[in-house]
Amino acid sequence: MDQKDVEQLKKEAAAKAKAAALAKKKAKEAASKEEDSASTEAEPLDIAKQKAAAAAKAKAAALAKKKAKEAASKEENPASTEAEPLDIAKQKAAAAAKAKAAALAKKEAKEAASKEEDPASTKTDPLDIAKAKAAAAAKAKAAAAAKAKQSGAGDLEKEKAKAIAAAKAKAAAAAKAKMKSGGGAKAESQTEPEDIKPSPNQPILEKYIKIIESHFGSEMLEASYINRLSKDVPTIVAKPETYYKLAEFFKYNEQLGFDFLSELHGTDFQTHMEIYTHLYSYKNKQSVALKVKIDREDPVIDSIAPLWAGANWPECEAYDLLGIRFKGHPNLHRIMLGEDWVGYPLRKDYEPYDVEV
Amino acid sequence: MIRTEEMLLNVGPQHPSTHGVFRLVLKLDGEMIIEATPVIGYLHRGTEKLAENLQFTQIIPYTDRMDYLAAMTNNYVLCHAVETMMNIEIPERAEYLRVITMELGRIASHLVWWGTYLLDLGATSPFLYAFREREMIINLLNEISGGRLTFNYMRVGGVKWDAPEGWIEKVKEFVPYMREQLKGYDQLVTGNEIFLNRVKGIGVYTKEEALNYSLSGANLRCTGVKWDLRKDEPYSIYDRFEFDSITAETGDAWARYQVRLQEIEESLKILEQAADQIPAQGDMIGKVPKIIKPPQGEAFVRIESPRGEIGCFIASDGKKEPYRLKFRRPSFYNLQILPKLLVGQNMANLIAILGAIDIVLGEVDG
Amino acid sequence: MDLKLENITQEEMAEIQRNVFMSTLEQLKGWARSNSLWPMTFGLACCAIEMMGVGSSHYDLDRFGSFFRTSPRQSDVMIVSGTVTKKMAPVIRRLYDQMPEPKWVIAMGSCATAGGPYVKSYSVVKGVDQVVPVDIYIPGCPPNPAALIYGVNKLKEKIRYEAKTGKRVI
Repeated sequence: MDQKDVEQLKKEAAAKAKAAALAKKKAKEAASKEEDSASTEAEPLDIAKQKAAAAAKAKAAALAKKKAKEAASKEENPASTEAEPLDIAKQKAAAAAKAKAAALAKKEAKEAASKEEDPASTKTDPLDIAKAKAAAAAKAKAAAAAKAKQSGAGDLEKEKAKAIAAAKAKAAAAAKAKMKSGGGAKAESQTEPEDIKPSPNQPILEKYIKIIESHFGSEMLEASYINRLSKDVPTIVAKPETYYKLAEFFKYNEQLGFDFLSELHGTDFQTHMEIYTHLYSYKNKQSVALKVKIDREDPVIDSIAPLWAGANWPECEAYDLLGIRFKGHPNLHRIMLGEDWVGYPLRKDYEPYDVEV
Repeated sequence: MIRTEEMLLNVGPQHPSTHGVFRLVLKLDGEMIIEATPVIGYLHRGTEKLAENLQFTQIIPYTDRMDYLAAMTNNYVLCHAVETMMNIEIPERAEYLRVITMELGRIASHLVWWGTYLLDLGATSPFLYAFREREMIINLLNEISGGRLTFNYMRVGGVKWDAPEGWIEKVKEFVPYMREQLKGYDQLVTGNEIFLNRVKGIGVYTKEEALNYSLSGANLRCTGVKWDLRKDEPYSIYDRFEFDSITAETGDAWARYQVRLQEIEESLKILEQAADQIPAQGDMIGKVPKIIKPPQGEAFVRIESPRGEIGCFIASDGKKEPYRLKFRRPSFYNLQILPKLLVGQNMANLIAILGAIDIVLGEVDG
Repeated sequence: MDLKLENITQEEMAEIQRNVFMSTLEQLKGWARSNSLWPMTFGLACCAIEMMGVGSSHYDLDRFGSFFRTSPRQSDVMIVSGTVTKKMAPVIRRLYDQMPEPKWVIAMGSCATAGGPYVKSYSVVKGVDQVVPVDIYIPGCPPNPAALIYGVNKLKEKIRYEAKTGKRVI
């Protein structure tokens, strides 16, 4: 196990170094060209992603005034040596190595840019902004992917890879622009390496979507993405009117067979309410997160308690604490607080009407 | 002609055998239950709302008070969720200490269940034995954390502090002692005919029903579903230990009893291995920023608590406090099947069925 | 009140001094009551587990004459062990009313004392003393079983003291 991991890590590192070197060469020639090539190339997903990321890295390095080569070599060496003694899972090691590399790159960038700006003062704020941006980009990506799927059913993968590559390129461009302007550079270079590797669950998500689309067409879903923060769980956002149909399909479809409802709850996002359902299939040993966004002023949604009996009380709880009404629920009542309670406590604007007893 | 008529009977919320403030409204026809309506919420404390105004480290004590029989697993699920979001790595020794404390907690929780379940069924002395052993575990956990029940021991990225000197040795000593006691438990209760008659064939459900009702933990495994998150979705370092996920086939109260009692043995196996493998020294907390701010987004993780699958959902907007915190509380889900199990049963079986589900009201009501 | 001691011999006097104690009836009642406090098992939350611990083998409250009863009709002490929610408060009051006189209340733990960690919660009563009169407060979250035993002993002292000083124990 150890040997294998290390070997693989080394291989990965080598591949990355190669890619980086290539990208760097190109970057030196012309940055814009590189972007174009990244976006138009219809190569398999992994390579495209790697390249785009590598390009971003390379750019960061280039902007760090020719320290790129040193940085690259440094990036790889400590990463591989650091990972060797540790007996941890592959993913973890990779993540750690990446973090290391990012930190190093950051340091380099800082060194170079120290003349122009104060490095410490604006560190956290841009980080948040950058993260928000990254999230927005990811969403855009997802939307693009969805659209791509709608247009062409045949070369789905290709389209998606393209879209992703384009999004990546865009992000890279944004990073570049920011770098020129100042502070955000470090933050971006830190967040960028995080989504180099495609999620291991990406094919699973694609499988789900394919199955859904082959049965219902492309109008079912609002969005779908991999939630990287949540152990890469494939997340599918249904439309309110298709929510029940989708849930039913999830349960009874032969290929999906989600027979276990692990969790159901609602959240008040102030602009809308959201129901989060975590389903698990004991047959396929896979899970999926099914979400639906509903109107906050009039939160009504179909109940899925007829499908999974386990959704009965959680739905009552959501009704009790958030005021979400479930149509078709066998016995919707205020399970926790009692029927005479005024208001819905978990809403963000809840004011307790009595201070004391 | 004997004419019977329906009778409404209220059980709880203050009832010695509901283990807390759980209320049941029963419709009886003579001795038979024809309808059961559970009423919960008597211990609803609004933890989730409180947590929205607290930082993550401040929420940990609240998780202790949710499932107060196994506070360590509750600590862990919150920390695990934050760690998953922030991609934090936990130092080796801290990870082992987490596993050891969690497994000790699991044994203590099962012991309380065992003792009180038999107390409910009319056997007084097992309770005293169970609490004797539990007291030893509590003392161990007290030494390491400073609390008897609400430990507040784990932190995001590790644990609060190292084990005191000689603590690991005490755990090692405890394992064979507990094994010996388990044999005694079997001799005392397991073969008892009165006990067997009261639990065999009571509260039966099938595998499909169990899945449909979102049951988890021993309540699911008693129907033959080999599903233990420690084994099947390994978190922490559980993939390094050899143990079984115990299953039974019959799906009745007797099966649940067997599963729980054997799980103590499996936990002892884990304890033994962990106490041997634990590195002698190491950091207690990983690289964690001073202020814990998970990135924007949401995460849902689930782990195996003594009562089943406990999950934690965090929706973060990048601030110190969670935007929304939700726990998937196993007892809450497990209890849903109760009305179905009670219908058509004798009134006297009520406690045998309810007790076998193993609920903690703090967890049911949240 | 005087006693006629004229016709009593020396030996009889010695005998009397060994066997006769003078006290008021109130004190006698206080003595009897304080030595057999029967608490009601009234587990609400986490503290209930410690209360169970008190009753079990390691701490063994029975040796102080306290023995858990499961019905309010048979008990004279109510140990409120745990968080009191607004939904539970009326039930507590009802149970308290069902207990026969004389009766006492021990608020065990911070939640029952003043709301504890849940003091800011929307559904929690800030202390059980808003619902029933409390005699003894035991701090802790949850209190150690030894602390509960200490609390029970304090209640005994209180009962005897009230009997002695003439404050009527209702």
